[in-house]
Amino acid sequence: MTRIIGIAAFVLAASLSSSATSTADPAAAAPLPPDSVYQLAAQLTDQDGVAHDWASYRGKPRVVSMFYTSCQFICPLIIDSDKAIERSLTPAQLQRLGFVLISIDPVRDTPKALRGVLEARHLDPLRWSLLSPSAADVRAFAALLDIRYRVLADGDFNHTTALILLDADGRLLARTEQVGARLDMQFLDAVRRATGG
Amino acid sequence: MTLRLVTVLALVALPLGAALAGDEYVAVPGGVFQSALKYEDAKDGVRVAPFELMRTPVTNAQFLAFVRSHAAWRRDRVPSVFAESRYLSQWSGPDELGPAALPQQPVTWISWFAAHAYCNAQGARLPSWSEWEYVAAADETRRDARKDAAWRERILDWYSRPSNRALPGVGLQAPNAYGVQDMHGLIWEWVEDSSAILVSADNREQGSADRAKFCGAGALSTADSENYAVLMRVAMLSSLAAADVTTNLGFRCARDTP
Repeated sequence: MTRIIGIAAFVLAASLSSSATSTADPAAAAPLPPDSVYQLAAQLTDQDGVAHDWASYRGKPRVVSMFYTSCQFICPLIIDSDKAIERSLTPAQLQRLGFVLISIDPVRDTPKALRGVLEARHLDPLRWSLLSPSAADVRAFAALLDIRYRVLADGDFNHTTALILLDADGRLLARTEQVGARLDMQFLDAVRRATGG
Repeated sequence: MTLRLVTVLALVALPLGAALAGDEYVAVPGGVFQSALKYEDAKDGVRVAPFELMRTPVTNAQFLAFVRSHAAWRRDRVPSVFAESRYLSQWSGPDELGPAALPQQPVTWISWFAAHAYCNAQGARLPSWSEWEYVAAADETRRDARKDAAWRERILDWYSRPSNRALPGVGLQAPNAYGVQDMHGLIWEWVEDSSAILVSADNREQGSADRAKFCGAGALSTADSENYAVLMRVAMLSSLAAADVTTNLGFRCARDTP
């Protein structure tokens, strides 16, 4: 039974990842701009245990944040912000946007932990990517996105919080550190412009 | 007297030291120490596991060898997301040093990404801030000389010198109690977790709504406000983004004890 679930998850993941890749393909033909965050060669593992090249997220504008699943206070607010953006867009705009949450705690944020958040917060896996980098790459992702974090003695984290809007090629379009249900309207405007008005 | 003797010995040993200043690592025993930063989660001190640290900062010659074998890090090829436009601007060309960058000088105008990539290519890593601070607490004879006002004065003196003079070579200063050189008095250094230093650059932000930026216990504050030398480093690192470069910011690598 578990094996069947495993296979089903794998098939689902494979179809998801191929759809992600095909979206990225047309743009991937052109060289990456020098200021693209997709210059970082790294792999991330999603909620189904599937590894993706970071550069495969090229191809559509994305709202990116860093988080960790055991975070009690601010991280749920990041998802609240993303969902508030989701509610403020037209279906056509939504189709052109992705949400990416990158874990700063890859040791504990296993695919199972990531899937738990996806399910608990009712996040559509076609639009949302919850990803864990390798432990060695976390600092590089944080550096790339200018997120500051510190591991505490008890394994918890102090960290800064930001929503970062990237264009289809991974260039920074907008950034806000205002999280929660009350949206940063300037940031929302930038998302609307990036997704076709 | 002992101090002078050590200095003389260091000078005598200099040509040899300079020749050996490749990827030479010094074993640093672990320990517990009080950081100049106030960590709410580590009131009894910061525990540092045994590790190895490069005896001297990485030089122009060493970094040139890296760039020649890792062409993606040439200044004319590196993506701007990893290093701003002044990266390695002291070199006369993308793969040559020229008169303004002597082989034995520490490499500066280096971004965090470039330093990180260099160390990874050596099978090493950048030291953590705690590792760096732990080793930097030592003078020539004591592992923790930080309470010594005269030593603090001596270190601070370097910070007050203008930074527009040519940098001396690495390995010219006497080794500290661990056998590590140039922790002070030569350059500023990147650490692996530079982005862990959550000290607000602006004091006005303390205690305000800005605390919400920090999930959890909030921004760090200082436990030892007399330790200006370390606090200046903290302020500088916390103000930099990982693609930034400056005239006197370089690095050295560390690795776990095998």
